Amino acid sequence: MQPKTPFGRILVYVLLVAGSAVFLFPFIWLLVTSLKPIEQTMIMPPTWIPRAYTATVQGQRIEVTRDFLVERKSVLIVVDDGPQKGQRLLLPETDLDGQHGRARLQVFENGLQQAHDYPVTVVRVVEPGAWHVTERSDTKVRQHELGWDVVPEADIDAKASPRWDNYPKALATMGGRDLEEVEGSMAGRTSGISQDTHVGFVVFLTNTIIVCALGVLGAVLSNAVVAYGLAKVKWKGRDALFAMTLATMMVPFPVLMVPLYGVFKSLGLVGSLYPLWVPAFFGSAFNIFLMRQFFLTIPDELGEAARIDGCTEWGIFWRIILPLSRPVLAVVALFHFLSAWNDFMGPLLYLTRKHTFTLALALQNYQSQHGGVQWQYLMAASAVLIIPIIVLFFFTQKTFIKGIATTGIKG
Amino acid sequence: MTRRERQSFWNGIAFTAPWLIGLSVFTLYPVVASLYYSFCDYSVLQAPVWTGAENYTRLFRDDLFWLSLKNTLIFAALSIPFGTVVSLSLALLLNCEVKGTPLFRTIFYLPSIVPLVASSMLWLWIFNGSYGLLNFALNPILGLFGAKAPTWLTDPNWAKPALVMMGLWGVGNSMVIYLAGLQDVPKELYEAAEIDGATPWRQFWHVTLPMLSPVIYFNVIMGIIGSLQTFTQAFIMTGPDGPPARSTLFYALYLFTTAFYDLRMGYASAMAWILFIIIVILTVFATKWFEKRMHYGR
Repeated sequence: MQPKTPFGRILVYVLLVAGSAVFLFPFIWLLVTSLKPIEQTMIMPPTWIPRAYTATVQGQRIEVTRDFLVERKSVLIVVDDGPQKGQRLLLPETDLDGQHGRARLQVFENGLQQAHDYPVTVVRVVEPGAWHVTERSDTKVRQHELGWDVVPEADIDAKASPRWDNYPKALATMGGRDLEEVEGSMAGRTSGISQDTHVGFVVFLTNTIIVCALGVLGAVLSNAVVAYGLAKVKWKGRDALFAMTLATMMVPFPVLMVPLYGVFKSLGLVGSLYPLWVPAFFGSAFNIFLMRQFFLTIPDELGEAARIDGCTEWGIFWRIILPLSRPVLAVVALFHFLSAWNDFMGPLLYLTRKHTFTLALALQNYQSQHGGVQWQYLMAASAVLIIPIIVLFFFTQKTFIKGIATTGIKG
Repeated sequence: MTRRERQSFWNGIAFTAPWLIGLSVFTLYPVVASLYYSFCDYSVLQAPVWTGAENYTRLFRDDLFWLSLKNTLIFAALSIPFGTVVSLSLALLLNCEVKGTPLFRTIFYLPSIVPLVASSMLWLWIFNGSYGLLNFALNPILGLFGAKAPTWLTDPNWAKPALVMMGLWGVGNSMVIYLAGLQDVPKELYEAAEIDGATPWRQFWHVTLPMLSPVIYFNVIMGIIGSLQTFTQAFIMTGPDGPPARSTLFYALYLFTTAFYDLRMGYASAMAWILFIIIVILTVFATKWFEKRMHYGR
């Protein structure tokens, strides 16, 4: 359908653009967050560009975090006596008794917070609108007290600076390695535990690839063979088997879940990757159906001619039907890869030890350990799971769309 | 059987052998076994003990069972209609022949292939009450009316709607199916309707919807089956117990924890069969409803 009026066309575009903005924003938010330093994930309003701030702290130009905006006229002082002797402090001007060179300080005495007057030296007066900044450090383990200062906004250099190292850090900690240790060793310091005995991202990726690759192989081979038997071989019982195949598509997974677990448990395979890919070698109702429908569109005459020439049934399948079926094989391979890569419930059910985890399960496990705090690492790890799928999609878009459309319409 | 029939019979068996095994081991046996377990006390560690209908009678007295069923039905009742409206609207937009539709189609479709674990993480962050993207967008608007956005996943009243909203982001699949359906509607029908003076609105109601009804039926059935089994999002975003205040304790979540945390596999199997029956009943209802209104063929 084509919009008839220019107004109609504009309206369609406005709606399309607005809609795609809504659908795209979560992705952008994911990427932006994954490239932020932690303190910039927790500010309202959120920033859309990860930045690095540089300011002069006690005479040195270094990277800082902006802690807060000084709202009242304040003074920067050095304490001359008392328990906090020698410390630099930022105080509201009202706490300073300038005439006597004393200031009201909060000190802890016998576990109670109390205010007392102590002699101080004023370093300088701070006007409202300045920023309290602190030397930036990724690690919580510090080798020295972090420097801080109060600087006017104009003195802070803000430069767009995506933290690409969030990615290696997220991946390194995904397997349960200590975050501080990782951050420390990446900052150039080698901690005592240099021997990496932990399971890491590479193991999860390998597991996922094993499950995906073997699963795809199994799905393509088994479903094609079976679909051929249901579409091109005329035999007694064929229609009954096909009807039964369709009927099983109705059965929800929770019904099968408990006995399936029992089957693999009795085979001693719970805790291994086998339950996640072995079933693919025995066909699945949906894929058999998909392939059968495709095989039916290939004229029988092709097979008949070969049969007269003395070709076996297997020969017909292998040399004539399969080469003609590339599109539907691609659809099945793609769908199986996608569902294996995305599968969460299967791994959750069967995998118990960390070194067998797939990426999806490892990500959930990571979240349950670091969740709610380290959003930048969580988003980076999520992006690592999402990006391969998006790349795959861009290369196989046509197959994808055609596959889904067929399942819905001709199904 | 003649020799030839026998020959092709064995050929048929040989070709379908993988599936004959797969069907028996991975579908038929589990179906029968789970029905049997549903009448047993079974913990996977020990052999099942027959207890008759006890699991079922206990289920009907189990408050959490009813709560999880209620939660799931509310979730389905929200997500199916909203999902249908959103995916059909997007498909209608994409069906307009304007430049750039392949790009827009890709954008709308992408979220539906993202791993659910990853999109759960993403939406967990978007729904974050203090620093989330959603409340950043909503609070200024709601502020005009003196209202404040909820904290979504930690608010018992808003956790379910939040999960529904997240689901709308992933309607790409049904959208593509609708789009294919729309492209199959013969153009002559619209031309005829236009000659008769039908407005676009009337064309939609009297041409598009009837012609699309088999596709809507398919998507609604898929929606029923899918939403009644909602598991991953809730497991990850709120937790196995369905917090806050068990407002996201969905049926599949309760079933899973009963089976694999409490190891009450018999009880869980009874739950699974009740779910199966509910799905069948709803599917039959939907089929009856659509049969009266469905338009087949051209």
